[in-house]
Amino acid sequence: MMPSPLTEHHLLDHLLAFGRLLRQFGVAINPGQMLDLLAALEHVEIGRRDDVYLTCRTILIRRREDLPLFDEAWEFFWAMQRQGKGGGVALPDSRVKEVRIPRRLQRDRPERAHDDERPREEQEEIEIQMSFSRSEHLRHKDFAQFNADEMEQARALIAQLAYRMSLRPVRRWIGGNGRRIDVRRTLRHTLRSGGEMVMLWRKTRRLKQRPLVVLCDISGSMDRYSRILLQFVHTISMGLRDVETFVFGTRLTRITRMLEHKDIDEAVQAVGSAVQDWSGGTRIGDAIKEFNFKWGRRVLGRGAVVLLISDGWDRGDPELLGREIARLQRTSYRLIWLNPLLGMPGYQPLTRGLQAALPHVDDFLPVHNLHSLEQLGAKLADTLRR
Amino acid sequence: MSPTPMFRSIDELQSALAAHAYVADRSLATAVYLALKLGKPLLLEGEAGVGKTEIAKVLARLLDTRLIRLQCYEGLDVSTAVYEWNFPRQMLYLRAAELEGESKDRAIHDIFGPDFLLKRPLLQAIESSAEERPPVLLVDELDRADDEFEAFLLEVLSDFQISIPEIGTIAAARPPVVVLTSNRTREIHDALKRRCLYHWIDYPSIQKEIEIVHARVPGIDERLSRQVVAFVHELRKMDLYKLPGIAETLDWVAALTALDRTALDVETVDDTLGAILKYQDDIEAVRKRGLPALVEQAG
Repeated sequence: MMPSPLTEHHLLDHLLAFGRLLRQFGVAINPGQMLDLLAALEHVEIGRRDDVYLTCRTILIRRREDLPLFDEAWEFFWAMQRQGKGGGVALPDSRVKEVRIPRRLQRDRPERAHDDERPREEQEEIEIQMSFSRSEHLRHKDFAQFNADEMEQARALIAQLAYRMSLRPVRRWIGGNGRRIDVRRTLRHTLRSGGEMVMLWRKTRRLKQRPLVVLCDISGSMDRYSRILLQFVHTISMGLRDVETFVFGTRLTRITRMLEHKDIDEAVQAVGSAVQDWSGGTRIGDAIKEFNFKWGRRVLGRGAVVLLISDGWDRGDPELLGREIARLQRTSYRLIWLNPLLGMPGYQPLTRGLQAALPHVDDFLPVHNLHSLEQLGAKLADTLRR
Repeated sequence: MSPTPMFRSIDELQSALAAHAYVADRSLATAVYLALKLGKPLLLEGEAGVGKTEIAKVLARLLDTRLIRLQCYEGLDVSTAVYEWNFPRQMLYLRAAELEGESKDRAIHDIFGPDFLLKRPLLQAIESSAEERPPVLLVDELDRADDEFEAFLLEVLSDFQISIPEIGTIAAARPPVVVLTSNRTREIHDALKRRCLYHWIDYPSIQKEIEIVHARVPGIDERLSRQVVAFVHELRKMDLYKLPGIAETLDWVAALTALDRTALDVETVDDTLGAILKYQDDIEAVRKRGLPALVEQAG
């Protein structure tokens, strides 16, 4: 098992080769880390393979998701060394490519880079731009009845929607017209006027957009709606900052990353190939349970608004659904259930699942035509409540 | 004062940690060792209650130095993290100076002196790194702070210096030992991660956790510790909303010892479930699963 110990003059070559391999496995490594690694190895016993392993891992890995990749790359690297393929010198590119690289493990990219993300102007006007006059009838027509041409138009109109999320105060103070006196600023200005207090400066809590979490049902019964609703979700996540998106049928899939494609068709296609249970059955309770357990604490922490899009046809256990919906409501700022069937005349939410869930929903709204999407926009921008 | 202990090998650090009742596996010891040797911040991630914060405290004791802790929360800003001027005092001083007829320039010069500066954790850490032993700076639960603060921290961690307009730039003589922790309620920005060494702390193995219990609760009954840890490990396999961490194991042991128990029985477990499970739903789920069977399994 023990490979030949790294000899002094080969060390650098080995490390570089390993670094390159790791990059091919999809782990982002920068040259600075390689230099750190060289420095670090001076402090450990090169002869102890475990320590070398741990040192490389500590320096080169920055994300938990990459740990299994590292282990695979490490095993792979030494296996090649043992077969003499490494030859003690840097691996030629072609050599590495010949060997089948294990499929890239599922990993998340870091949240959209915040580098250039200065806090935007907080008090942008809350507005919903809709220029639908041309096609008034389209606004009220049920999505399910759209023909291909109307679908195309609807897409264009959805793309024009600009949603504003409700704002919430955070603990950070900024200058403004609040009631608190901004002593720091006041004193600074006082000094400027030679110690005389000319005016009191005030400060106020900064406002921030609430995160939005969308859970969209894509089971069979939602078929006529889910594709167009996905367009709608894509539009939202392009326009707003903090949106997490999941789809579910019998199981839950996170599609936030896929919706980052600017091109809507590419995005929808990416979702289509990632989701395995399109148009299958529905177990809403299980899906929400999975969300609560795996994602709840990570994405709901900052007072998120949750949009649950589903017609409520459920083959799961109503009791489970009620319990998990209740938990979801407790952990979110506001839980909005969007139901396309609500637009049908005479529709009554009578299924056992819905009966169990409804007491725990803050808003129960239709989402079957463009008009309802427009109203939803107003709802999301709603003023602060709690 | 004895010289700062410096570790010559990972083994040495590992046993020093053990001597301070912190049972670290080799991978964690390696990460800490390298952070010390390379003078880089160490970012620790892991579920709640696996000992992320604890390692900073132990390190401070081990290095015989001060622990400076910055607890992050949303809205944390420069005046609570770095420094603030003591405004009331400055005002009083100005008034007093006026009465005594001191010149204005002089007074203004005075009030921006060290006497009027309130030093918050980051400034403390940078200043006191000039002392014989650099302090341990713990930036706890970084994921709770917002992006703006993270960006600011990035600057501090790369240069270990802070500029105060009225005084000038204060730079650390030596970088302090920095430990950052995150519970991963959100991702830490990549730019910050690049400045740090990274380590994910997992739940310990049964054997390791028993060692931890013995290190933290000396004299605990051998059988009880084994049962408790086995029980907790069973729970960690279950589908619970909040899995118990090491902290919960230790709490539970404390509760059981306070009740003079030397072994687990169904009734005691039922009475003390609240020490390990923090959600009513979880407690019900465990009861539903059947306490007698679980206790049986724990031996």
